[in-house]
Amino acid sequence: MGKRVGMEVAIAAAEAVALCNIDVAAVYPITPQSHIAEHMADIIHDGRIDAEFITVESEHSAISALAGASAAGARAYTATSSQGLMLMHEILPIVSAMRLPVCMANANRAVSGPLNIWNDHTDIMPQRDSGWICLFTENGQEAIDLSIMSFKIAEDPEVMLPCVVNIDGFQLTHMIEPLEFPSQAEVAKFLPPRKPFAQLHPDNPISMGCFAMPDTYAETVKAKEEALRGSKKVVTRVFAEWAKRFGRKYNVVETYRAKDADTLMLTMGSMGETAATAVDEMRKAGRKVGLVKLRLWRPFPVEEIKAAVAGCKTLIVMDRAISTGGAGGPVATDVKSILYGEKKRPRILNVIAGLGGRDLTVGDFVNMFDLAKKKKDEPFEFYGVRE
Amino acid sequence: MAKKKTEQKKWPEKWHELNPGCMVFAAGNAANYKTGSWKSQHPVWDNSKCIKCGICYIFCPEGCIQETQDGFYEANLDYCKGCGICAHECWPGAIVMREEEE
Repeated sequence: MGKRVGMEVAIAAAEAVALCNIDVAAVYPITPQSHIAEHMADIIHDGRIDAEFITVESEHSAISALAGASAAGARAYTATSSQGLMLMHEILPIVSAMRLPVCMANANRAVSGPLNIWNDHTDIMPQRDSGWICLFTENGQEAIDLSIMSFKIAEDPEVMLPCVVNIDGFQLTHMIEPLEFPSQAEVAKFLPPRKPFAQLHPDNPISMGCFAMPDTYAETVKAKEEALRGSKKVVTRVFAEWAKRFGRKYNVVETYRAKDADTLMLTMGSMGETAATAVDEMRKAGRKVGLVKLRLWRPFPVEEIKAAVAGCKTLIVMDRAISTGGAGGPVATDVKSILYGEKKRPRILNVIAGLGGRDLTVGDFVNMFDLAKKKKDEPFEFYGVRE
Repeated sequence: MAKKKTEQKKWPEKWHELNPGCMVFAAGNAANYKTGSWKSQHPVWDNSKCIKCGICYIFCPEGCIQETQDGFYEANLDYCKGCGICAHECWPGAIVMREEEE
């Protein structure tokens, strides 16, 4: 174990990116991401790294500026949250379609309205189909590690896709945690300078972001889909290299005390740690419960989820968002969909909880595990909403 | 300095023949992409009415109308979208729009 420092996670995320030899950052401040924006601006203004900070007038401009920077060959970074991410929405699928490895932190926050600045996953879910690699973090150390790894994953010649690292707003961004940083030299070895597949340059004119008619568009969609699905093996490979160099192991789907569990809970993001404490308490009381934690949301790790839930009788899928008017929470909808064709599949309960910063305590997770005792299944249910 | 690492492939037929991100590795090749396939009408000239004023050539938003050697005009139907602006602007009435099926 290296030297640990006490640091706020948002500041740490910016410090981690400062180790990554970025060329351009365009970050528009928004709660609860603001400390990333401010600290990134400080780092560049103070000349600690040789990069350009573009003071854009909106998130739409931030992501657009980075698309241009990335097309010119730069390593480009931004961070946003909630309404800011919603404002980027138009450009997000263009960045992925152009195969530009822009990296972004999203400090997850509820979307308006009503106006709410606190944590849930309703901001990232509308961006789900944008073609970005989408990672979730559970604590500050993961925010550091995945921020650094995201560049390596995104820029891999087999991938060339943008990547968003989700860091739960306040729940993570504003926590002060003991954190370990790799050294600049170690990161430089792990993450060499970007070698763009192609770049905009006056000496060698090429076209990016072209037009495609009905005779070609479907082929472009298939090509992008194959690239995104194929990125999973690169994610796994980068995780393995990280473990070898820095000793911290990551998997696209993590499990906790899941082996002999008859009831599993599937979580994403910071709620995993609280749920793990609940699992420990319930195990002490002799309950066979365990956890499955989704680290990679897109591409959806189908085989890994199937393997993780293969032995359980009941699977409780937690969603910190809801597909409004749809079949339930977005995570549960996908999980149900991939298990539909399985001969043996668990009973699946979908719980929508922790919206707009509503705290989820250890006791809440115990209560949610207890929902498995209910006889009648609902397609999904809200937890903790006053009736 | 950017080095030329990539070459333009032939026109892609299959999805895996596309360049990543649909990049085009050659400059000035928009003419190779024939964009006139989705028109529902095309212009037809009656040269007995044409006074060779060239207003069709000036107004064509696609720039696909060319002067012929004898001073009349014709559209390159590989790029014509069938918008009908040429027929609308042709005051001697020398251009009519015909359905593609005709």
